Amino acid sequence: MSRLIAFAAIQGGYKVVSQVEGELETALQTYDASTPIGFPNTAYYLPVIYSLTGMKCETLEDLKKPMAFARGLLPPHIKGANHLPYLGPLLDAGMAGIFAYEVKEALRILREPDFYIFQEDPDIAAGKIWVGPADDTILRKRGVEFVDGSAPGFAAIVGAAPNAEIAKMIVEDYQKKSLYIFCAANHNGKTIIEQCLEAGMQIGWNTRIVPFGPDISSAVFALGFANRAAMAFGGVQPGDYRKMLMYNKNRIFAFVNALGDVGTEWAVAAAGCVNWGFPTIADTDIPEILPTGICTYEHIVANVPHDEICQKSVEVRGLKINITEIDIDLAFGPAFEGERVRGGDLYGQMGGNKTQCTELVKMAEMNEIEDGKVEVIGPDIGDMKEGDVLPLGIMVKIAGREFQTDFEPIMERQIHHLVNYIQGIMHIGQRDISWVRVSKAAVEKGFTLKDIGVVLHAKFHQDFQKIVDKVQVTLYTKKEDVDKLTAQAREEYKTRDSRVDNMTDEDVETFYSCSLCQSFAPSHVCAVSPERTGLCGAYNWMDCKAAFEINPTGPNQPINKGKVLDPVLGRFEGVDDFIKIASKGAVETYNFYSLVNAPMTTCGCCECIAALLPSCNGIMTVGRDYTGETPSGMKFTTLAGVMGGGASSPGFVGHSKFNITQKKFILGDGGLLRMVWMPKVVKDEIRERLNIRGAEMGVENFADLIADETVGTTEEEILPWLEEKGHPALKMASLIG
Amino acid sequence: MTEVKTKVQKPVKLANPMDASIEPATQELIARAQQLGVETVFDRAVTMKPCAIGMQGICCKNCSMGPCRLPLPKDGIQGEDTRKGLCGATANTICARNFVRMIAGGAAAHSDHGRNVAITFLAAAKNQVDDYKIKDPQKLLQIAPYYGVEITVEEDGVVKDRDIQEIAVAVGEVAVREWGKPTGNLAMIKRAPQPLQDKWEAQGVIPRNIDREIVEIMHRTHMGVDQDFKNLMKQGTRAAIADGWGGSMIGTDLQDVMFGTPTPLQAEANLGVMKEDHVNLIVHGHEPLLSEMIVAACQSHELIDYAKQKGAKGIMLSGICCTANEILQRHGIPPAGNFLQQELAIVTGACDAMVVDVQCIFQNLANVAKCFHTKLITTHPIAKMEQDNVLHIEFDEHHAMEDAIRIVKIAIDNFENRSAEVMIPRHKTSQIAGFGVESIKYHLGGSFRGDYFTLNDNIINGRIRGLAGVVGCNNARTKHNEEHIVIMKELIKNDVLVLTTGCSAIAAGIHGLCTPESAAVHCGPGLAEVCETVGIPPVLHLGSCVDNSRILLAATEVVKAGGLGNDICDIPVAGSAPEWMSEKAISIGHYFVVSGVYTVFGYSLPVDGAPVFKDHLFKDMEKMYGGMWDCEPDPVKHAHKMIAHIDKKRKELGIDKARDRVLMDMADRQALGIE
Repeated sequence: MSRLIAFAAIQGGYKVVSQVEGELETALQTYDASTPIGFPNTAYYLPVIYSLTGMKCETLEDLKKPMAFARGLLPPHIKGANHLPYLGPLLDAGMAGIFAYEVKEALRILREPDFYIFQEDPDIAAGKIWVGPADDTILRKRGVEFVDGSAPGFAAIVGAAPNAEIAKMIVEDYQKKSLYIFCAANHNGKTIIEQCLEAGMQIGWNTRIVPFGPDISSAVFALGFANRAAMAFGGVQPGDYRKMLMYNKNRIFAFVNALGDVGTEWAVAAAGCVNWGFPTIADTDIPEILPTGICTYEHIVANVPHDEICQKSVEVRGLKINITEIDIDLAFGPAFEGERVRGGDLYGQMGGNKTQCTELVKMAEMNEIEDGKVEVIGPDIGDMKEGDVLPLGIMVKIAGREFQTDFEPIMERQIHHLVNYIQGIMHIGQRDISWVRVSKAAVEKGFTLKDIGVVLHAKFHQDFQKIVDKVQVTLYTKKEDVDKLTAQAREEYKTRDSRVDNMTDEDVETFYSCSLCQSFAPSHVCAVSPERTGLCGAYNWMDCKAAFEINPTGPNQPINKGKVLDPVLGRFEGVDDFIKIASKGAVETYNFYSLVNAPMTTCGCCECIAALLPSCNGIMTVGRDYTGETPSGMKFTTLAGVMGGGASSPGFVGHSKFNITQKKFILGDGGLLRMVWMPKVVKDEIRERLNIRGAEMGVENFADLIADETVGTTEEEILPWLEEKGHPALKMASLIG
Repeated sequence: MTEVKTKVQKPVKLANPMDASIEPATQELIARAQQLGVETVFDRAVTMKPCAIGMQGICCKNCSMGPCRLPLPKDGIQGEDTRKGLCGATANTICARNFVRMIAGGAAAHSDHGRNVAITFLAAAKNQVDDYKIKDPQKLLQIAPYYGVEITVEEDGVVKDRDIQEIAVAVGEVAVREWGKPTGNLAMIKRAPQPLQDKWEAQGVIPRNIDREIVEIMHRTHMGVDQDFKNLMKQGTRAAIADGWGGSMIGTDLQDVMFGTPTPLQAEANLGVMKEDHVNLIVHGHEPLLSEMIVAACQSHELIDYAKQKGAKGIMLSGICCTANEILQRHGIPPAGNFLQQELAIVTGACDAMVVDVQCIFQNLANVAKCFHTKLITTHPIAKMEQDNVLHIEFDEHHAMEDAIRIVKIAIDNFENRSAEVMIPRHKTSQIAGFGVESIKYHLGGSFRGDYFTLNDNIINGRIRGLAGVVGCNNARTKHNEEHIVIMKELIKNDVLVLTTGCSAIAAGIHGLCTPESAAVHCGPGLAEVCETVGIPPVLHLGSCVDNSRILLAATEVVKAGGLGNDICDIPVAGSAPEWMSEKAISIGHYFVVSGVYTVFGYSLPVDGAPVFKDHLFKDMEKMYGGMWDCEPDPVKHAHKMIAHIDKKRKELGIDKARDRVLMDMADRQALGIE
């Protein structure tokens, strides 16, 4: 009976709004009204409120407005007989409840700044199991998975299962389906997160089991995450509530599982979620709402047995999940990628400075290999005792009519995440510094090294159908075989690297477009050249070339470079023609090698953003993993928010980390020597390459001349330091004018 | 006040109350009237038979060479139809002339109502009247673009909201010109789905202005002018569009802006709403200009105290016909009854005053009032009565409140003149009324997700089979309310959601179909489930007969929401006027037909005498406009003809089979729009 739900949710709406109004009142008496509030490290304020109403809540005072708005949404109570229609009022009450919950969480963070740990994974040992709202770093890393489909959606689980075993069954099933599991609220004091921990599961963003918080109000973080993804990657403008909610309904396939008794406070949250098109599937006998309309299919489905809840939820949401059936005894999927194998869980390992562990993919002739043949030459897991180590050489031979040697490194790079997808197996590193850690749990389930070969064979066929005809995998575990393979591999790496490193934009006639995320930042068109890798850091020219050959109608299309219009700034006739069409006329032209003059457009996925620092006559750059202030006056998230919509904004440009030390990096503006500031974490990561490239440009130990946050985070603070160090940018031609 | 004692002559035959109506309060009061020797429409219907030739529609009295009557031979036309009037007018010509003249009458009534509203609106916008204001600026902003009125202004390069009063004046000025503008086309046409506009364009039936189309009908049907039934119907079509998409639509728009856009509310219905210990004042007729003022006056403390001084416990205001619907949908004032109950409200002996304006008012009210203490007050300069017991207080919008107070005071003063024999039937029903285009949208998803798509989705998935507009009058030639109720029940039993207006809506209210609880009792499982989900009755009360424009706009919203074709004629929808009697019904019926709706009338249509013309209406129209006429007196068959049409449309849309649950991967999802 919808009427009962409406009755409960509207009551819940009044209860929650009144309660939070009280909390706000108390806070206003305790703190100054101008006290800053908010979720940490985000450019989206309180994201649900901001995305749907455009209200920017920055201080305690600011919270009055959304609360007044929520109060205004509360509809009259539902009468017993001859009542007025209630579907609209029910959904409004739900929204009021959601707004109040978001304010409630902001107040909690103000009062108890340490309540949440604010990182990807909780610190179980320290008892910090709740991570709270995802910051923009996590958003940028994970949010894109929701819009490109690598995460089909999320299950928001509120409450707790009857026991840890059932909790594990449900959560693991969602992991196998590659869904994120956003957890909040408790049922009689128990939470599903605690049950997962009890069942020995790893929780955190890395295993897709996200412990948002212990109360129903924390469920708002799931909605805030979804809405930020829509703003960051979907180009939805704050305040455009209709588009925001429709975006969620049609793109973000999420749903709620209510485990435990549904009271008014859960009912109002469930009603709120229906606005997003997120249905609720419950394990208790609550009233159902089955007709369709606001959600894709049913709205509330009740009394679902635990062993059917995952399948039922996916069906109710209308979600198709393509699960890879791989013939191994262990669960497999991206949700297990981030799982760690820690000391206590470790059964045995290969590589990691204990032994040599090397991977190599080589092209083979069609008649040379046998498809599906997986051989382990030497001892296998069964021959190991707990704590043993083994050397490992993974040799993959691929044959295919369309296969080229250029694809070898691309295929090789897949090994890392594919091996990680196996539950209980951890893979670190690549090439000749690989490291495979095998957990006790995996061994118990019957893991053997052969499984690695089975996985690689199956996934290479599945993901690279067009170029792969035959895959043969050999796993060497005898030292002499591994050493031999390693020597061969190192020769291969050297050849490959020199081929890529030495490739210049002048060498090729074809660049590649990348529109992987164009549907999300409508006017942004990425063009990738050998010396300007994709600004997301994930795609270089060679990848694009391979991707095009693998899928000729896919998101990477060749661009005929055409006439060189400006060799210094990097402007090409063919590129201009292409971007005019691809951006539907929004962008006419851009330059590959300039930040000052018509720079390339930027989307929300960029790894770094560089900005002009006029007083220093140079530029700075900041990566998305640095959350502090920068001399540009903006944090990364703010820069990304301002820049990420696909606009060409002189003075700013998005780029990858790798691009910083590529030869053409803002060469039209003077090149790398303009770089006066970057976060320490980035500088340390690429220090060696900075120095090499600096030396090529005539400056030794260039990394030491670049300021970072330890020097200062304003131009005034860093300028004297640069002068003292004699930074070359200060003597270069003026950047402006 | 002394009762006028006249000897009422007993009719030879009296109506059997049980045969006259299905509604108990009506039955009781017919019996009481008969006991008291008061003659009502029900008795007259027994004694006076309708003219058989007029019923066939083939009597031409447009010149004094006639009336020429061309009855259809008993065994129909064999071979060539040789029937002619003196001038040679064929049965088709005569029948079409009569038919389009009915359209003219109906369109004139609605549109004159609309004109009065527009004139008052403009006066209010210009602050020339004190008692009317812009009550719903949101609605004004929403409709302004259709009147070609900008709602923002640019000042020094900055776009600002335009002054609301200024917008109102601009809208009002455009509106009043729609009746007689010398050039161009009717502005509101642009609100129809584009394919429908294209059809009208192709058929050459886009109205120029409202008055002109009505005048042109009178010209064309004059002796010796248009003598081609197809060409006559073309003009009939043009005038009907000028009604539904013109006069009526503007009327509804501006009434909503001045008096508020209705939202669902709780109320009661039927003669039992009258209260013995209260002053009972009944407003009857159609225009809300006066009744709005009377509502305000009745709620004033001054007048309530005045009523108490006079020994009453308060003032009980109720309505009859569409005035009732106007004040019901905006204030929750209950309707005391529909068209055929008007005399009976006085027969209760408790009606202290009945105030009437225009349309559907029995002249016999004066005769009935004479038998009781009731003051019958006419208020409109175009609608007076010859009987000498009728008071005429001419309502003037410049002194609106003054007039209203005066009228309410007359009712209060008359309270003490009641005789002891008051008999108010104990029958009244709860109902939810006040649905409209905007409120339906809200209730289909709230402030954030409100969208007709929710409705469409449930039509597509088959829970709702289709939509029906059941509207129109009562007719003393049919059993009061029976056809309305049987048809509605049959429709909702078959999962068809019903939208209703006018006296049909009052009937639905009285018979309990406008309560949310009735869904579980009367509906098929699919519709019942949807009603329960949204919390709505299966029969939605959309207001008065002028508000049929709301149904047109709701249908347009359904088209826009997507998934059910591109035009109104693609939607699984059908129209019905089961107990029609007025020319307005013909005009409404025709604008529904030419807007693409299959429309079935009950009782009888005056077209049987001209089979070729009848085929033009019943068959050719579908090819021209997507909708067509039909007539079916048997209510169950009537409903099933509508359902058959709905099923036909479902089949054409490919939604006649159960929908599969489609599971979507990312590529499927990216193919979905996000608007």
